[in-house]
Amino acid sequence: MSVAYAFEVGARVRIQTREVTGHVRTPGYLMGKVGVVERHQGAYRKPEELAYGTYDGGTAPLYAVRFQQRDLWPDYDGPAQDTVLADIFEYWMDPA
Amino acid sequence: MSDQPHNPYDHGPDHHAGAPSVENEILERAIRELLVEKGVVAPDVINKFITIRESFTHEPGARLAARMWVDPAFKARALEDGRAACDELGINLGPFDLKVWENTPRLHHVVVCTLCSCFATTVLGNAPAWYKGREYRSRVAQSPRAVLCEFGTAIADDVEVRVVDSTAEIRNMVLPLRPAGTEHLDEAALARLITQDNLIGVTLVQPPEQA
Repeated sequence: MSVAYAFEVGARVRIQTREVTGHVRTPGYLMGKVGVVERHQGAYRKPEELAYGTYDGGTAPLYAVRFQQRDLWPDYDGPAQDTVLADIFEYWMDPA
Repeated sequence: MSDQPHNPYDHGPDHHAGAPSVENEILERAIRELLVEKGVVAPDVINKFITIRESFTHEPGARLAARMWVDPAFKARALEDGRAACDELGINLGPFDLKVWENTPRLHHVVVCTLCSCFATTVLGNAPAWYKGREYRSRVAQSPRAVLCEFGTAIADDVEVRVVDSTAEIRNMVLPLRPAGTEHLDEAALARLITQDNLIGVTLVQPPEQA
């Protein structure tokens, strides 16, 4: 089953910052940060819906997004090439 | 950061998160006993689930990694589709998909779930207590090299350390570097070298003892 991805591998994306209630799987430390799409991960159901018992909702594309550590932490003391990789849903991402 | 909306996860100083509260222990016992008393759950079902849960080991992951070391075509398939690779090896992966991340001489992965403690249990066994604790979950994302040092693992400054945060339903495993001096070992002997910590990414596979 093919997935229609809005962002290509290598695209720069910014993770949205939202005031949220309920269950969210986008980590706070990545909100507002810019990363690069590393891999297309398939389509999965939305965690915000699953947490409230909605199991038959639609799926959304999931991406492995790569962030430079120095962009995440002002005092990161490791080398410039160190990164974090996280799975982020398309509806949490904007072009950067 | 001042031009950004308030980060809803910034709750201030952390509180201790370790053993369950007494209230939750009482609640768990009450629910469990009521479920059995009312015939919703047969009394032996819970023990069966506990037995199954306790039977998970990292052996499937070690076997998967060893096969990826010796078979380049299988490695390529496994990197593309972890579930299909498990099917090939007769590993019962369960409901969550698997992604294997390949360590290279230039790139070292380490796995975490900062949000809770998601872990590739059916492939790596039950997560160690330190993996589930808040100290690891917060520190490895911010100071991975310091955490790796505490495990006795030093990664060179020209190698990229990549923290893989398991934020969705995909479970993650590291394909560690195959140590030098293992060319003579068969697949089963290679698998025996690989520990759970190697597959999480906090330690490097140790070469076999010299004869």
